[in-house]
Amino acid sequence: MSDLKRVVPAVIAAFCLTAGVAMAGTLADVKGKGFVQAGVNGDLFGFGKPDEKGVWKGLDVDTARAVAAAIFGDANKVKFTPLTAKTRFTALQSGEVDVLTRNATKTLSRDTDLGLNFVQVNYYDGQGFLIPKKLGVKSAKELDGATVCVLPGTTTEQNVADYFRVNKMKMKPVVIENTAELSKAFFAGRCDCLTSDASQLAGIRAVAPNPSDYVILPQIISKEPLAPAVRHGDDQWMDIVNYSVLAMIEAEELGITSKNVDEMMKSTDPQVQRFLGVTPGNGKALGLDENWAYNIIKQVGNYGEVFERNVGVNTPLMIERGLNGLWTNGGLMYSPPFK
Amino acid sequence: MSTSASEKIPFLRDPAKLAILYQFLTLTGVGLLSYYLVHNTLINLERQSISTGFGFLDREASFEIGETLFRYTAADSYGRALAVGFCNTLLVSFIGVTLTVILGTFLGIARLSSNWLVAKLSAIYIEVFQDIPILLQLFFWYAFFYEILPSPRQALAPIPGIFLCNRGLIFGIPYWHEAYKFAFLAFVIGIVVVFFMRKWASKRQAATGQIFPVVKVSLAILAGLPLLAWWLTGAPTKMNVPELAGFNFKGGITVSPEFTALLLGLVLYTAAFVAEVVRAGIQSVSKGQTEAAISIGLKPGQVLNLVILPQALRVIVPPLTSQMLNLIKNSSLAVAIGYPDFVSVAGTTINQTGQAIEGVAMIMIVYLIFSLSTSAFMNWYNKKIALVER
Repeated sequence: MSDLKRVVPAVIAAFCLTAGVAMAGTLADVKGKGFVQAGVNGDLFGFGKPDEKGVWKGLDVDTARAVAAAIFGDANKVKFTPLTAKTRFTALQSGEVDVLTRNATKTLSRDTDLGLNFVQVNYYDGQGFLIPKKLGVKSAKELDGATVCVLPGTTTEQNVADYFRVNKMKMKPVVIENTAELSKAFFAGRCDCLTSDASQLAGIRAVAPNPSDYVILPQIISKEPLAPAVRHGDDQWMDIVNYSVLAMIEAEELGITSKNVDEMMKSTDPQVQRFLGVTPGNGKALGLDENWAYNIIKQVGNYGEVFERNVGVNTPLMIERGLNGLWTNGGLMYSPPFK
Repeated sequence: MSTSASEKIPFLRDPAKLAILYQFLTLTGVGLLSYYLVHNTLINLERQSISTGFGFLDREASFEIGETLFRYTAADSYGRALAVGFCNTLLVSFIGVTLTVILGTFLGIARLSSNWLVAKLSAIYIEVFQDIPILLQLFFWYAFFYEILPSPRQALAPIPGIFLCNRGLIFGIPYWHEAYKFAFLAFVIGIVVVFFMRKWASKRQAATGQIFPVVKVSLAILAGLPLLAWWLTGAPTKMNVPELAGFNFKGGITVSPEFTALLLGLVLYTAAFVAEVVRAGIQSVSKGQTEAAISIGLKPGQVLNLVILPQALRVIVPPLTSQMLNLIKNSSLAVAIGYPDFVSVAGTTINQTGQAIEGVAMIMIVYLIFSLSTSAFMNWYNKKIALVER
């Protein structure tokens, strides 16, 4: 029900929205109210969830913090709105949030039909299957006739249906909205397997009564480039969000971390000088302070730091860098030059 | 002189004309407001380049639905997927309302029973189930099914051919045979025969005072006619028996834990309210009526059926209708426990197409249709049983 409670106000907001609010001037709007309103998951460990002290943690949360650091020079000038998979786009469309950093897959129809613009991908994910070891299944191709627990409201339902159709297998979905409730049903044996993005499977497995009883099957059945999104029609705002993400990637490539960023200010490398605003230009182009990138790295960290802190091998999620490594290490993370 | 004065009432003093004016102004106001809302929404949607309209209904849905009453695959359209959700909501609402009325009536009468234990047990039931939020009850029943029951490979088999496991209740059904068509036809004919027999019996009783055993004969006709038809057309007995294959049972019919938990939760919760409605109705009939009925020699069952219930129903029906509507609307809580009702399917549709306004509008219209048709039926029934004043 919590979704309807969110969808309905969003729909009403869409009815009542006066022309202009959602259009150009998001930056001025954000500066006016003094903080960035970010839509996040709220319930996904490693990506967006408050810890036991109520402090928001996660890769997506840190991405939103980077945007705040770029604009205000203060990574804490951000407020988080937890959104369900169903309500996230409506909340962004209606102007309830300024930026959506909520593990949303970039797709053609969302980029066009929904009136959204996705920026640089901050996590390359793919849909997989979590399955109890005792079933003895080694490949997703052996899942014919399986009952599949599915988290709704993403491309997940479509991907799994496509996969079973292509492989001429039958499935029975059990679709439950709430991650916690779905996981409970799965651990109790209501379904043979659970499907979602591999990062989420790692998160769900981490909270299992006995995590070692479950395996993630090797097959990844979809491409899920998770990217922050903004509304159509405000190019400056899109640039700011886009380059905030890219700055974290570029910093990792340049070897700049939150720990050494002050020393790096003295670097003689022209790339580093341009990046950190010692040589001015980039900030003005974006309509921000020249030290915007410095603030991101100083307060939030580079992409590698953010990744390891939230989802890396030393966290309960134990996710390898893989596709999310720098291009120089065989991953997909690649930033255009900052000049 | 007086006539000409009465003919020339000033426009603003003539109540009849004023009424028309006010109605016209209100109508214009409402019209303008709705025009403004629709127009503004469309402009905003266009500015944000969000597509609108119901064109998506013909597009391929490409998601599976766990429970369907008719053939549906991921290759079918969104329209068909929504129809599946519609039928699922209809199914759970219809069975739910029927069971609720039966259980609620039973509990309401039990609470007034002269047997101390029966009355107290009923009272405890009503208080407990009324006071726990329905969503919690749903979670409880759902967890009950998947936590307590074993996996398919260790399924319980209380009776051979019937299996109970955390995938639901699975039992065999007969393979399709022409005989079942005739049996069904015979059943329909049976209903018609019973209808006319009852009319004839009450007429005869009014004329001669002789009582005809209507209930027994009706049951005999309703059960006997289909059986006879089935036997005459070949008496097929071949059954589609479920068998464990791979992960799950193949064949037979599966009643899922989601459906059962939803149905159980809705019925047990709403029946507590219906019980109170029934009790109020029965207590509204004065005790003198019961005493008078007993004194003319009616049996306790007859007192209830012939004297008390007909009068109590007038009090019972209106609040009963609103409890039925509550049950239908509460069935949308299905999303919480994974039963693919209309809201659940519409939710997936909204997410995949991004057309929230159309989706929410359809949800509203569907529940409006369910509610209005239930109200219409119950209002008709209420009129039918209303006290005829002469």
